[in-house]
Amino acid sequence: MTLPLFFFYLFSAVAILSAVMVISARNPVHAVLFLILAFFNAAGLFMLAGAEFLALLLIVVYVGAVAVLFLFVVMMLDVDFASMRQGLLHHAPIGVVVGIVLLLELLLLAGSFVIAPEAALGSALPINTAVDNMTAIGLVLYTRYVFLFQGAAAVLLVAMIGAIVLTLRHNTKVKRQNPVDQVARRASETLKVVKVKSGQGL
Amino acid sequence: MGLGIGLGHYLTVAAILFTLGVFGIFINRKNVIIILMSVELILLAVNLNLVAFSAALQDLQGQIFALLILTVAAAEAAIGLAILVIFYRNRGSIAVEDISSMKG
Repeated sequence: MTLPLFFFYLFSAVAILSAVMVISARNPVHAVLFLILAFFNAAGLFMLAGAEFLALLLIVVYVGAVAVLFLFVVMMLDVDFASMRQGLLHHAPIGVVVGIVLLLELLLLAGSFVIAPEAALGSALPINTAVDNMTAIGLVLYTRYVFLFQGAAAVLLVAMIGAIVLTLRHNTKVKRQNPVDQVARRASETLKVVKVKSGQGL
Repeated sequence: MGLGIGLGHYLTVAAILFTLGVFGIFINRKNVIIILMSVELILLAVNLNLVAFSAALQDLQGQIFALLILTVAAAEAAIGLAILVIFYRNRGSIAVEDISSMKG
C-alpha cells in the first residue's frame, strides 16, 4: 500500500466515523466537535486530490467560522436536548431503508460510470501544472469567474445583513439619540425672541 | 490524483457521507441543530465529489464550483442559525414539531 493510499483510507475512515458520531451523538456539543473532525479529515482528502487551497479554506471557513457558530448557538440555547432524543428510533426503520437504497444507488453509480472520451478531452479549464493550486485558482477567479466571485460576495453580504437584522434586538430601556428629530429641529419652533424694554423685565 | 487513489475511491467516500447526512435528517426529526449539521455533511459530500472529478479530469472548474458551494453553505448556516435563535427567543423551543405555525 502506497503512502497516499494509506492516508486516503485513514482520512476517509475517520471522516465517515465522525460523520456517524455527528448524527448519533447524545450531546449536541459533541456532535459539533465531531463535525469539526469530519471537516478536518475532508480537508485531508481535498489535499490528497491536489486541491490545496480548498483544503485550507475548508479548515478556515468551516472549522474557524461555521463550526464555531454552531457551537455558540448550541451553548446559547438552553434546550433540554435529552428530551429531544425521545422517539429517536421511531423514525429509524424508514431512515435505514431510505439510507440503504440511496447508498446502494450511489455506490452502483460510483462503481459503474464511465467518463465519455469527449468529456475527458474537452477540459474547460485545464489544470496548469506549472503553477501551484492557489495561483491557478487566483488566476481564473479574478478574471474569468469574476462575476461568480462577486455573486458569492453578494450572497455573503446578504446573509450577513440578514443574520444581523434577524437577531438584532432593540432594547427599549436604553435612551438613544434620534438623529431625524435632531436634524428636523428648526430655530422657529424652539427659539422665541422676546423684546424686553430696559428696566422692565418680563 | 495521488498514487493508487482512483476516482471511485472518492466517489464511494462521498456517497457514504451523503447517505449519512440524509440518514441524520431522518433519525433526528426533533433537533433542528443536528438537521443543519446533516445538511452541512451533505454539502461536504458534494464538494468532495466536485474536487474528485476536478482532479480526475484535470479541470480546475470543479474547484471553482466547490469554492462557490462553500460560500453558499456558510451563508446558509449563518441564516439558519439566526432563524433558529429568533425562533427560540419567541417560542422557547427548537423542536421540529413546534415549528408548524405556517401549516405547511
